[in-house]
Amino acid sequence: MSQRTDMKPAALAIEAVHKVFSGMAVLKGITLSVEAGEIVCLLGQSGCGKTTLLRIAAGLERPSQGTVSLAGWEVAGPERFLPPEARGVGLMFQDYALFPHLKIIDNVMFGLHELPPSRARAIATLALEKVGLLGHADDYPHMLSGGEQQRVALARALAPGPRIVLMDEPFSNLDQRMRASIREETVSLLRERQMTAVVVTHDPVEAMGIADRIVLMRAGRIVEIGTPETLYNLPQTHYAAQFFCDLNEMPGVAREGHVECRLGRFAAPGIANGEAIVCVRPQSIGLRRAASNQGCDAEVGSVRSSRFLGETRYLMVDVEGLEQPLEVSLPAGAAQFEPGDNVAIEIDRARVLVFAVEP
Amino acid sequence: MKWLRAVGQRYLDDSAAGGWLIAAAGIGLLVAAPILSLIAIAARGSGDLWPHLVAYVFPNTLRQTVLLLTGVGVMVTAIGTGLAWLLTAYDFPGRRVFEWALLLPLAIPTYIMAFAYLDILHPIGPIQTGLRSLLGIANPRDLWFPEVRSLGGCVLLFGFVLYPYVFLSTRAMFLMQAASLMEVSRTLGAGRARVFFTVALPLARPAIAVGTSLALMEALNDIGAAEFLGVQTLSVSIYVTWINRSNLAGAAQIAIMLLAIVVSLIAVERWARRHQRYVGASQRARRAAPQKLEGWRAGVAIGLATVPILFGFVLPAGYLLIEAVKRVRFAGLSLDIVREIVNTVVVAGVATAVAVLLGLVVTYAARLARGPIGQAIVPMASLGYAVPGTVLAIGLLTPLAAFDNALAAVIEQLFGVSIGLVMTGTGLALIYAYAVRFLAISAGGIESGFGKIAPSLDQAARTLGSSPTDTLLRVHLPLIRPALGAAALLVFVDCMKELPATLLLRPLNFETLATHLYGEAARGTYEDGAIAALCIVLFGLVPVMLLARLSRRPSMALDHRSQRASTEVMAEMLSVPDPELMPETEPRRDVAADRARA
Repeated sequence: MSQRTDMKPAALAIEAVHKVFSGMAVLKGITLSVEAGEIVCLLGQSGCGKTTLLRIAAGLERPSQGTVSLAGWEVAGPERFLPPEARGVGLMFQDYALFPHLKIIDNVMFGLHELPPSRARAIATLALEKVGLLGHADDYPHMLSGGEQQRVALARALAPGPRIVLMDEPFSNLDQRMRASIREETVSLLRERQMTAVVVTHDPVEAMGIADRIVLMRAGRIVEIGTPETLYNLPQTHYAAQFFCDLNEMPGVAREGHVECRLGRFAAPGIANGEAIVCVRPQSIGLRRAASNQGCDAEVGSVRSSRFLGETRYLMVDVEGLEQPLEVSLPAGAAQFEPGDNVAIEIDRARVLVFAVEP
Repeated sequence: MKWLRAVGQRYLDDSAAGGWLIAAAGIGLLVAAPILSLIAIAARGSGDLWPHLVAYVFPNTLRQTVLLLTGVGVMVTAIGTGLAWLLTAYDFPGRRVFEWALLLPLAIPTYIMAFAYLDILHPIGPIQTGLRSLLGIANPRDLWFPEVRSLGGCVLLFGFVLYPYVFLSTRAMFLMQAASLMEVSRTLGAGRARVFFTVALPLARPAIAVGTSLALMEALNDIGAAEFLGVQTLSVSIYVTWINRSNLAGAAQIAIMLLAIVVSLIAVERWARRHQRYVGASQRARRAAPQKLEGWRAGVAIGLATVPILFGFVLPAGYLLIEAVKRVRFAGLSLDIVREIVNTVVVAGVATAVAVLLGLVVTYAARLARGPIGQAIVPMASLGYAVPGTVLAIGLLTPLAAFDNALAAVIEQLFGVSIGLVMTGTGLALIYAYAVRFLAISAGGIESGFGKIAPSLDQAARTLGSSPTDTLLRVHLPLIRPALGAAALLVFVDCMKELPATLLLRPLNFETLATHLYGEAARGTYEDGAIAALCIVLFGLVPVMLLARLSRRPSMALDHRSQRASTEVMAEMLSVPDPELMPETEPRRDVAADRARA
């Protein structure tokens, strides 16, 4: 008991969890802990196991191996399994899963069954007010727009006061224009209530917009965990770097903390000697007009194409010795280049990423 | 009990659902019991009777059964498929009426068909009398008229009431075939006839197989018609061997032979449907515009579509109506008939309640369960539908009698009172038989209702704190109410019409409408029979009307997601609730795909 007071247990702790579906390993040893009040995103391509992990946390699936604890209490393990209804977690579904036969208010009251009806109604009313849908209390789900349904689902998940709320692609069914504002609303509501939340998404931009920490998954394993800044700026793996941003990649050779490639010599601290991959983001490259395609100190190339994208201008630049043209993203206000122009290439050296080639 | 729970946990996502799986396993056992006991009885051997059976009974019975099945098969396939194409590819005056009217013969059970036609075609019946007066023949012997009491007569009569099974399934399939497929064939230079034979028909083969095998199952199950018409089918042989020769083991052996035919029928049907996956059911296909028929062509189409309705419904039902009215005018409504209506409704009603409840347990357990056990539950529980009534009765009688005797002995010993035969002496045995036989229908209907509910609804309910049972009561039951209602209706009507098992399992002096009719036909008396038959037909019309309303929707057509026994598919088809009655639900998500995604 004394130990527990000075060490607050994680809101959700997943310990060496494996999951096998009819012979196929979907999760291969996941260990993860989510602190109280933290918003964590499970990020990865479809099929990476992120949804399965969420469902295991909710109790909708049983882990094949490993344990799951909520606030220090084991809820799934070799010896015990607490069914979802006894876990006190809120779960939001991709399709919202609103009960079609119940009014909005009754949907929100569904999880308040144990309370006296008047009290349940009061809580549900408050929850609907929070999401600005009190006016729709007596409507049925199909009468609401997608965004409104999403907010009802959120209100319903939060109404019983869960210890943690789990969300499976909560914004993917919304149209592009609404997505950002509803995401913002949702996050501020979660913050306001200091909710612990785990959100599954496949969209890195969305993950960066929501999460305190991002858990990047691939093929049933965790690739990397970190804040959005660390994962974006200092990814430890080639996969993470690729996942968050389009990259210009070229082969290089690492020797004593430096790497040598077609575009020059860059610092590569901690990279083992041998073959390496040098990655340069399109926005880390600047272009200068060059008189000819040779003869100055910088590398030179010739513009193949240029596309205007509103905020930015996207160029492809052919560089001798590179198999692929270099992709360059320039602010729209910068100097304009036409196809055929010769340019000198300037690389923001601090932002070059180098990874050893995986054997 | 502990290991059962362990098994339950292995296949369920949580222990709270274990009870449901155990209950479903119990129901599976109830369904399997008669089949197992049948095998046990047959294994005991019939001793000295066996040579007799092999030498005199089997060859003839088998020959007649196979001939009957072949004849009926050819006839229902031709009528059913032909009409389905006629109503899909062509438009003519009255087509909309024919769409539902062609289903009417479904309301007439085979034994009522035979009962009616024996009288209609009797030498002194209306047809022959009319013919004679037309031709000026005085003596009935001088007019040659085909004998209805023959194998051929039996095939004809069966064909005219059983073709709707093929019509229904095949038409649904034709409607589902994308118009683009037909149009592309026509632009490639194929005429309508060639499109039918080279595109539409091959694509519809699975549906034809489903419908035909259902019709043949009905034919195998029949006992009344074959007996009235003097055809010695396996079902009749079972009855005769048991009742007249009091040879239970012999009857059981014939029953096993009958069961073997059913199993091979299902095997053939599955084989015929093995490629059905290539038919894309999911795409919402535009329907091909039917070709308009005018003039004499329209007349021919109308004529072709009228014949089956005339012979399969109008003549027999009209005859029954006239006879029933005559009888009521003459003798009033007898107390016997009223008592029999009450008997029938009570037994069928209780059996329906039981079958729907069991169906609910089985399908919900399947929804909760995971893995191969979960997928096997509903097909297992639906086995009873494939077992002909006579076979089921034989399988049930011995264990039930043993149970009755044991229970009576125990009660007598403990309390000194005699309780008589609890199962066989009361209607309980009948209710058991009906529930087992029609569980497939209720389970199929309820399953299709469940199928429309996205699994995420269950999961949402669970994470909001409701147990599996709570979830069923608060989420599923309100949503599947229409499916439950439709399933109950179908089971009820099937129980009412049931003859073979009822004949063999009813308590002494207990008459239902069906057994009354059988009794009169067997005695050759024609008293209240027409009234009883008319009652059955009228009840039978209710689900036909329901079907007629649904049959235009291609969405209720065959289910192509999985290879399932035709019976279930049909049961599902017959019990799809009206989508307009269903509350708006999330689009249906395939549970399997859902899991695969996860």
